[in-house]
Amino acid sequence: MQRIGVFVCWCGSNIAATVDVQAVAEAMKREPGVVYAANYQYMCSEGGQKLISDAIHEYNLTGVVICSCSPRMHEATFRKTAQRAGLNPYMVEIANIREHCSWIHKDKAEATEKAIILARTAVAKVQLNAPLTPGESPVTKRALVIGGGIAGIQTALDIADAGFEVDIVEKTPTIGGRMAQLDKTFPTLDCAACILTPKMVDAAQNEKIDLLTYSEVESVSGFVGNFTVKIRKKARYVDSTKCTGCGACTEKCPSRKGLNEFNMGLNTRGAIYIPFAQAIPNVATIDPTQCLKLKSGKCGLCEKICSAKAIDYTQKDEIIERQYGAIVAATGFKPIDASKYDEYGYSDNPDVVTSLEFERLMNAAGPNKGVLLRPSDKQHPHDIVFIQCVGSRCDDHRGKSYCSKICCMYTAKHAMLVREKYPDTNVHVFYIDVRTPGKNFDEFYRRAVEQYGVEYIKGMVGKVWKNGDKLMVQGSDLLNGEQLLLETDMVVLATAIEPDPSARSVATMLTASMDTNDFFTEAHAKLRPVESPTAGVFLSGTCQGPKDVPETVAQASAAASKVIGLLSKDKMITNPCVAQSNELLCNGCSTCERVCPYGAITYVDKEVRGPEVRGVKRVAQVNPAVCQGCGACTVSCPSGAMDLKGFTNREIMAEVDAICK
Amino acid sequence: MLNVAREKLASGEVKRVLGWEKGEFWYDLTPAFFETEESLNGFVYNGFSGANLSKYLIKARDWEGKTLVFLKPCDTLSFNQLLTEHRIDREKVYVVGAGCKGMLDYNKMKKLGIRKEADVTDRQAVLLGKCLACKGKTFYAFDEVIDDEEAQKPIEVEDRFNEVKKIEALSPEERFAFWRSQLSKCIRCNACRNVCPACSCVKCVFDNPNSGVASKANPDDFEENLFHIIRAFHVAGRCTDCGECSRVCPQGIPLHLLNRKFIKDIDELYGDYQAGLEPGSRAPLVNFDKNDPDPKIVMERGENA
Amino acid sequence: MQVTENKAFKPLIVAFCCNWCSYAGADLAGTSRLTYPADVKIIRVPCSCRVNPLFILRAFQRGADGVIICGCHPGDCHYTTGNYYARRRMTTLFSMLDYLGIERARTRVEWVSAAEGVKFASVMNDFVKTVTELGENVKLGDLRCKESL
Repeated sequence: MQRIGVFVCWCGSNIAATVDVQAVAEAMKREPGVVYAANYQYMCSEGGQKLISDAIHEYNLTGVVICSCSPRMHEATFRKTAQRAGLNPYMVEIANIREHCSWIHKDKAEATEKAIILARTAVAKVQLNAPLTPGESPVTKRALVIGGGIAGIQTALDIADAGFEVDIVEKTPTIGGRMAQLDKTFPTLDCAACILTPKMVDAAQNEKIDLLTYSEVESVSGFVGNFTVKIRKKARYVDSTKCTGCGACTEKCPSRKGLNEFNMGLNTRGAIYIPFAQAIPNVATIDPTQCLKLKSGKCGLCEKICSAKAIDYTQKDEIIERQYGAIVAATGFKPIDASKYDEYGYSDNPDVVTSLEFERLMNAAGPNKGVLLRPSDKQHPHDIVFIQCVGSRCDDHRGKSYCSKICCMYTAKHAMLVREKYPDTNVHVFYIDVRTPGKNFDEFYRRAVEQYGVEYIKGMVGKVWKNGDKLMVQGSDLLNGEQLLLETDMVVLATAIEPDPSARSVATMLTASMDTNDFFTEAHAKLRPVESPTAGVFLSGTCQGPKDVPETVAQASAAASKVIGLLSKDKMITNPCVAQSNELLCNGCSTCERVCPYGAITYVDKEVRGPEVRGVKRVAQVNPAVCQGCGACTVSCPSGAMDLKGFTNREIMAEVDAICK
Repeated sequence: MLNVAREKLASGEVKRVLGWEKGEFWYDLTPAFFETEESLNGFVYNGFSGANLSKYLIKARDWEGKTLVFLKPCDTLSFNQLLTEHRIDREKVYVVGAGCKGMLDYNKMKKLGIRKEADVTDRQAVLLGKCLACKGKTFYAFDEVIDDEEAQKPIEVEDRFNEVKKIEALSPEERFAFWRSQLSKCIRCNACRNVCPACSCVKCVFDNPNSGVASKANPDDFEENLFHIIRAFHVAGRCTDCGECSRVCPQGIPLHLLNRKFIKDIDELYGDYQAGLEPGSRAPLVNFDKNDPDPKIVMERGENA
Repeated sequence: MQVTENKAFKPLIVAFCCNWCSYAGADLAGTSRLTYPADVKIIRVPCSCRVNPLFILRAFQRGADGVIICGCHPGDCHYTTGNYYARRRMTTLFSMLDYLGIERARTRVEWVSAAEGVKFASVMNDFVKTVTELGENVKLGDLRCKESL
């Protein structure tokens, strides 16, 4: 039998005005196990806490019940009080007689009666409570960043800066990601490459950073502080330690059918290629789907001309295994497939392009060396129509319900750049709303309209079709209440962005949750925006939701600081309210393993000895460092072998009994 | 069948045979392990071999050597379910599929005045309740099958959910009266639990004094009242509908109607699922779909009925 | 079987609330001074998936007139998937209780977020009203009738 002290708080008049605190304390004195009961004006105050710790000493209390505000408010406070007085903090229970009682009831007799029941329920639970001790687990001081775009690069640089080892796994042959494809960046119009490529170089030269490009995460096991990750380094067929990046092979390669991913497929590249001039690492990669030698055994030209002898057609994928303490998802985004929007004629007309394609068309390293030409006939366009919200804020199955956030600004940027470089080109923008919250954003948009004479039309486009060498655009002008039929040379679609398709499998491996759009979910939408609910997994950049470059960088640094906070600990303190398997009762059926969202349960064959069992048995084991204490396993277990510390079956049933007494 | 058993025992390939032998009465066959060729003389397989032997393989897992087991088609589902739950070591079992013409209910025979299997002319009329919901003659797990044309003939079955639907159609008061009259017959002999291949816990919560619900430690009537609901819930999604619970109930409580209600709900709400059909499959109650119906559907269905 | 006057009848309601959403929603109802009957007594659990059917049946057995389980909205579970399991478990369990002739309105599942103090209070008001109309729960406590039939 426990020796329980009950402490009833007045909370000034918040509780005492509606609940007869004296009566509650008196009633508790009659409960079995209660050896002391008192009431006090402010239990959370220094005086109140002293009352508690004095009573713990004086009455040798083994359990404490505080009747006060919500445990979400002061449970931690009172647990610390108990701990300071030498009592295990998990021997403290809170009866919530403020939020769940005094604040919602008006009748004092009724509220007092309820408060007594709530107090009695807490006493019943404390009777069965057992002291719990938080566990410890070591932390591997190395981080993994999945994705080598600006988000991943920034996160890695910051982590490395703090002195920790960090690996970037990037699935394409180079780091740089989407930002490397951009021409200029809003609202300053500095060139993306000029600000990105130095960071790429920094990452490559940083001794703490290991770049694993053309690599993918194969599997993840373990838990916060102790992840084990298998990474597949895909065969480049080029020895990256020998390749000098001279590019001779890429020019001579006879296979020219591979679409140039960097230029959004607007032109082609060789089967052996370097994605772009500033690629990091600056080494060639052979695309096995295009290489004649790898496909048919004939050719081998690149091997012949490579003076560094770097070509190796026999190279195989390699799997490496590494340990990490923290993992950052920075898997980025891609534009949605615009061909789903047939009305804009994207599939049929080369002169209807997406915004990212337009970036490449404008870029000096793009297919036309930075001269804006129509893809169909390489003529200078004299009129361009931009259509915003293609697939964004769209409720049909083709698009996305969310706002892609960056389109208004980049469309204003495109329009402005066109007008500046080619003053003879007319620019129209169809929009639903122009959304420009952000530092200097609205000024930027107004400049496009007021200084550059971009014609903004509020309304959507219904149809785009080809008419001779022109494109016809039918849309509505809502402000003037009229239908428009424009003849133009090019149409640019501000396509919605969506998470990179690789994110889904990454999330599954990390047991990190995603929303219905496949964006990673934050641990808390407001208060923990760069952490995944899965401990040890952090979120950087657009994998969490649409954002522009400065926001991405800010979030990347925030994620890094969270990682640094974790890695700077030698040991993790783990929540003691975790599941525990009674091996004597365990059937070994694996049911609990299936429902565990964290992969915290494993099965082992183990020598088990008990009154009725003896011998080697298959039993469930819970890793207390991984278990988050949801309790899904406990209910799935028919034999009751799995129980949750702090919320045991018997404790909860005792609460039920106390309420229903 | 006997020959296969004898050969395998003689060759030492299996250490024992799990089959049926005569029990207290000639029509009361009971599961038995046979370890020698001589003991196999007591082996019987006939219309009274209704017992599903798969559960007995759980203890054989810890024994040395292989066990040969005879499984009827429906028994192989239970076998697979136990494999899924890691209760049986497949490597240690040699499964002989035993062709089944449908098992007999002695009580039905007695009423018709039939005293031996050979005198049965209309087999359909004297089949066990569970065989009237025969799940077909396919073996879902076997190393070899001993079968004949007669045994492969399908048994006429009606919709196995008919009885459940009839109860569903009653008013709440009638349903309550029906179940009260049935469950109040329970003498807590635990036969249903002991025979059920899904009820195979190392220790049942109702026997565990520390669970807080065992009758020994807590002499309240909770356990007796709600034993059957919890039992049905514990096997929900894992129950293959083998019907053993109702077959062995000495009080004749139609316990399978509890299990079938869960099966029917699961099929309707989460898609058709037959436990044991695919070893390793995830039981519906330890699974989910983001678009599962809300629990309010229980209210709505009631109102529409 | 006792017959109680419905007029004076005060139901006993046990509410299981998940720590992260519904318990916080109940706190918010309190902070916002939204009233609901004192008949509702809340038990805090980490997640709706922690609620074992045994707890619900035990509550009924011990004299509860209604049991309500509140969790995070599907998709918002603190533990990502807990309420999806709870949803299946409770749907099938409640359907079974209905099948046994227990008034289905005595059981309920509601998804209440930490921001939905108003919803919490209105759900509780509604549930108490419903259960009060049903009157005392005698069926579950008496399912296995001790008297001879």
